[in-house]
Amino acid sequence: MLKIDNLHASVENKAILKGLDLAVGAGEVHAIMGPNGSGKSTLGHVLAGRPGYTVTAGSAQLLGQDLLTLDTEERAHLGLFLAYQYPVEIPGVSNMEFLKASVDAVREHRNEPALDSVSFMKQAREACKAVNLDQAFLKRGVNEGFSGGEKKRNELMQMMLLAPKLCIMDETDSGLDIDALQVVADGINAMRSPDRSFILVTHYQRLLNFIKPDRVHVLSGGRIVKSGDHSLALELEERGYAWLEDVA
Amino acid sequence: MSQEHIEHAIRKEYAAGFTTDIESDTLPPGLNEDTIRFISGRKNEPEWLLEWRLEAYRDWLKMAEPAWAHVNYPPVKFNEISYFSSPKAMKDRPQSLDEVDPQLIETYNKLGIPLHEQAALAGVAVDAVFDSVSVTTTFREKLWEAGVIFCSISEAVHDYPELIKKYLGSVVPRKDNFYAALNSAVFSDGSFVYIPKGVRCPMELSTYFRINEANTGQFERTLIVADEGSHVSYLEGCTAPMRDENQLHAAVVELVALDGAEIKYSTVQNWYPGDADGKGGIYNFVTKRGVAHRDSKISWTQVETGSAITWKYPSCILRGDNSVGEFYSVALTNNAQQADTGTKMIHLGKNTRSTIISKGISAGKSSNAYRGLVRMSPRAEGARNYTQCDSLLIGDRCAAHTFPYIESRNPSAVVEHEATTSKVSDDQLYLCQQRGLDAEKAVSMIVNGFCKEVFRELPMEFAMEAGKLLEVSLEGSVG
Repeated sequence: MLKIDNLHASVENKAILKGLDLAVGAGEVHAIMGPNGSGKSTLGHVLAGRPGYTVTAGSAQLLGQDLLTLDTEERAHLGLFLAYQYPVEIPGVSNMEFLKASVDAVREHRNEPALDSVSFMKQAREACKAVNLDQAFLKRGVNEGFSGGEKKRNELMQMMLLAPKLCIMDETDSGLDIDALQVVADGINAMRSPDRSFILVTHYQRLLNFIKPDRVHVLSGGRIVKSGDHSLALELEERGYAWLEDVA
Repeated sequence: MSQEHIEHAIRKEYAAGFTTDIESDTLPPGLNEDTIRFISGRKNEPEWLLEWRLEAYRDWLKMAEPAWAHVNYPPVKFNEISYFSSPKAMKDRPQSLDEVDPQLIETYNKLGIPLHEQAALAGVAVDAVFDSVSVTTTFREKLWEAGVIFCSISEAVHDYPELIKKYLGSVVPRKDNFYAALNSAVFSDGSFVYIPKGVRCPMELSTYFRINEANTGQFERTLIVADEGSHVSYLEGCTAPMRDENQLHAAVVELVALDGAEIKYSTVQNWYPGDADGKGGIYNFVTKRGVAHRDSKISWTQVETGSAITWKYPSCILRGDNSVGEFYSVALTNNAQQADTGTKMIHLGKNTRSTIISKGISAGKSSNAYRGLVRMSPRAEGARNYTQCDSLLIGDRCAAHTFPYIESRNPSAVVEHEATTSKVSDDQLYLCQQRGLDAEKAVSMIVNGFCKEVFRELPMEFAMEAGKLLEVSLEGSVG
């Protein structure tokens, strides 16, 4: 699904990723943990193609295609989805309108017929229900006046409707209470499938109690310094990151 | 997203920029009393109207061009403009559409304004003004059955002299301002609407203004009188070919809403804005004003995307008690366009209310100013105004300005003013693109969202149109 080799990237001329390697197979869930400032969020943005994030060396392929030469929207068309840590507001543009436009754009590039309004509405309502958001949210401006938890659930709803191949969740669990966390985890679990992969960027092992990862990686100093199975996350919770600095 | 990307997204062809190759009678450039006599004579006007024009001209000579607006342009050479141009075939006014030059009909078809009634937008009557003359007015008979008069102002001068005498210049006096005086002297054509007492106009009325001939000015004059308890919704649209020279458009619009009447006046202004470097384009210097009598309501809605320079303040004089004035505006400037636009709400009567919602969008290296006056007279007991003035910036080379003037001479009057300035942020564009939308689509969606409160006020058929127009005007604005 995703193959990253020796990825170096910088933001405002500051090197953040320094030779990152990662391979995520189809249907797998990988968790990326690591101390603050280690480059976890940067990885998501570099893959998504955020302006200002410059790749200085290395490669990244999604489904066999070179991601790094594609525009941001082309990566989305290919099936990359980034759930933001801090989703922005777009006042006046209704969630519904935004979602319809997104779904239309993505379907168009996949050569799928456009959804008619009725089927789209039906799907949107179901997605709302799945993430436990009131349907009134569909009519509100994108993230406009949403609480932190509502924004995160809204991200999840978008993900459900766009049906991406690779979902990168950037600290989707932060700021969620335990019930909301359960909702988000259920949503992600329901979306797991043999042809869809997940990268969960998180600080907390807690999320991994709800979503069992296939692999856990520790990102430190812009590189993956240790990989393991779920037990690594538990170990990190107990021992912190300091012991890994020596490994690195 | 880079600046260059935005630039690309805002730069789209001006779709209405074609020229119609048609033989015209065009007056040689220049302005003097003979010019006015020619125009008046050509239209077989009565003596009183010629005198009215000449007086306006003499006043105009003594007036100076206003310099207070936040716009810059070389002085207009009024003697190098032609003040009258008419397609040759229009010399003897055609009696029916069959007699109208097919080229003219084709021009309007191309602009999406079919003049054949069977092909026309259901429920919309159109008066088509081409350069200095009205080509045709559709659905006149149907309107006539309801007692509604909708015709060109030239015809109205002959057919309804009493109404014209009574109301022409009653809202915008000849000497009101430099451009109003010029218009009063040389106005060529425009629309006249009269809605009788208690009648709800059965269709949307609209006038479509087209400047075709080079080096001509268009000086149209529109007069709408809504008699007691009547109701009318009127829309004007404007386009012009792409030309390298600047062209002058100095119109006057007068609205009279008698007791309990309601006039809704919408404008979709898409005059040629000039090229990306600011060459060419229309100078749009327009005076629009309405007088609202007791319990009446006047509502201006404008979507301004065109013109090199816009100087325009559709206003309401809230003369009667309990009258209501509204102004909803979207003004978009791109490239080198300059706009100084807004409104005046003059509260004279008791318990008068006004609402101003202004959305200014600046892109490219354009300049966009809102200028608004809210005046509460000593007699305006209990009057209220609410103003909301929002500016949206796209890119980092444009400018937005807000000049609100508030004069309150009545302690019971309430005036509220809110203003915001925001930018289409890189983060918003990034979110949209990550969800699969390209930059242009994203910007147009964000801008449309920003304008929603105003688009809601447009007649249904035109709200969509306005959204599309905005999209076109924004092309190349995303970086």
